[in-house]
Amino acid sequence: MSKNKAPPKEPTKKTDANRRDFLRRGFAVGAGMTFVGTGGEPLSIPKWSRELGPGVAAQAYGAPSVHESGVLRKWLPWLQVARESSISFAPLQHLSGSITPNGLFFERHHAGVPGIDPGDHRLALHGMVDRPLVLTMEDIRRFPSVSAVHFIECAANTVLEWKSAQANSVQFSHGMVSSCEWTGVSLKLLLDEAGLAKGAKWLLAESADAAAYGRSIPLDKALDDAIVAYAQNGEALRPEQGYPLRLVLPGWEGSTNIKWLRRLKVGDKPWNTREETARYADLLEDGKLRQFSFIQEAKSVITNPCPEAPLEAMGEHTISGLAWSGRGRISKVDVSFDGGRSWHQCNLQEAIHAKALTRFSVPWTWNGQEALLQSRAQDETGYVQPTIDQLRAVRGENSIYHNNMITTWHVKPNGEVQNVQVD
Amino acid sequence: MCKSIKTGAILTIIALTMFSAASAQTGERSLGHGQPLTAKDIAAWDIDVRYDGAGLPDGEGTVEQGDEIYLERCAACHGDFGEGVGRFPALFGGVGSLAGDNPERRVGSLWPYAPTLFDYIRRAMPFGDAQSLTVDETYSLTALVLNMNDLWDQERVLNKTNLAAVKMPNREGFVASGQKPDTSNTRCMRDCKGEARIISRAELVNNTDEP
Repeated sequence: MSKNKAPPKEPTKKTDANRRDFLRRGFAVGAGMTFVGTGGEPLSIPKWSRELGPGVAAQAYGAPSVHESGVLRKWLPWLQVARESSISFAPLQHLSGSITPNGLFFERHHAGVPGIDPGDHRLALHGMVDRPLVLTMEDIRRFPSVSAVHFIECAANTVLEWKSAQANSVQFSHGMVSSCEWTGVSLKLLLDEAGLAKGAKWLLAESADAAAYGRSIPLDKALDDAIVAYAQNGEALRPEQGYPLRLVLPGWEGSTNIKWLRRLKVGDKPWNTREETARYADLLEDGKLRQFSFIQEAKSVITNPCPEAPLEAMGEHTISGLAWSGRGRISKVDVSFDGGRSWHQCNLQEAIHAKALTRFSVPWTWNGQEALLQSRAQDETGYVQPTIDQLRAVRGENSIYHNNMITTWHVKPNGEVQNVQVD
Repeated sequence: MCKSIKTGAILTIIALTMFSAASAQTGERSLGHGQPLTAKDIAAWDIDVRYDGAGLPDGEGTVEQGDEIYLERCAACHGDFGEGVGRFPALFGGVGSLAGDNPERRVGSLWPYAPTLFDYIRRAMPFGDAQSLTVDETYSLTALVLNMNDLWDQERVLNKTNLAAVKMPNREGFVASGQKPDTSNTRCMRDCKGEARIISRAELVNNTDEP
């Protein structure tokens, strides 16, 4: 009996460098060719099919495969004043489905991540209430719980693209959005527990971080679908997502979803904190500021292909991406291959949750032609994602926040994809 | 056997009566979780100051006192004169720039309400040593920053009454969004426009070497 062939070298994850080599080879493994084993050899028995692997609980808290080590959040050192007051972007190009893994959820901090001991954490409810209250985490977990899937998007997502195409990267152009199943207590239930006084209209939600970050929230929203969450995707909130307690305001700009929530003060007027005047207000062309623009309007982006994930072979492809709306469910997503001249309706992946990331896809045959790929979302209110020109017409170019423009990927004959803007 | 069931039932009724008496004390809808919170209990956290001055504490400060504190606690990031260091913001200037090509979002050019300055300094400054300033120190720094913006006299003592009365240049500069969408695209499917031309290309790449 002849000895089996030596097992092939373990395949390594394709880096951008060898992807470029691949492209230079001119689609040696393109449509019509059969790729059997590694290096074109017949299939063989790799060592992992013969040896025992690590046993149970070798990693008591599991981690991704070592081959996924390139799937990381990233940040831009020059974008903000300091790492403690900055943003990291989720690698949308690597994600599947519509849930963001907890370790890849984008981050935005204003004073770093506080190291809160949950035993010492308290949530205070006071102001215009009948019974001012302080709750421990144990108290909060005694209330009936709710779970819901919702995205959170930073109001400044896609900030770089206002004047012209800038980030040749879906991670940096759109990575300030993520989606989780959140579990916690309905904020309405907590407010009922304290009892709202007559005339109450607004809520100040405040963080326990070193920015004592605070935002004014209309009570209508607080009583509608707000959640005081202690878990994401089935486990306790990650420290960078507000451990042990955060506010989730479904569909509203990320900065209102106060992390490390320590205090809710009920009042009759908005506070006009620095974070809702000097920041998070949309500067218009005439110099006025559009304030309390809380809702993240319908938006979408193609995540495959994208600048980080070029087309590697001619033939049949599945165009896929993410769509979301702060007003409800995504009802339709269309994709254009010609820069917005004609559009094709996509499939939407079930289950479609309100105010949650929704995965869309559409088949596409690519024969090496240039193409201008766009996606356009419509939500259940009928609102249609705008072009950058439509946005500039009402906001100018210095708005910073709430850029939900239709994005264009230019597919080149060699399969490379570049972020561009078209007329 | 029958007797013990009866006894159990009676005990249950007594327990239920006691429970409903307890919940009636805390209000109809209350589940009774948490502890009552007094004004004294919340004092250290009850730091918010509203735009109209509601919540401003008793105390006072001057530009001169502010200058001393500033050089020690603030100048490393905001510069000796409030001009800003690196990406840390300047504390004055920019008035009239908001409608231009390079708007400067500064205290004097953008902030609509002066009490917000006190609120922000008290809750978030100095960056990395927050909530370490006394009330008087916070009034003094507020006076200094207002003075840098020609909104407060060198000699005048700042307190809760006169801070709330400062009129900021951009007081009328805000419009409420009303939560209405501001664009209205349509879902065109065919012949929506002429041939698309590329007008700008992105160059900033996703650098895989440096997370």
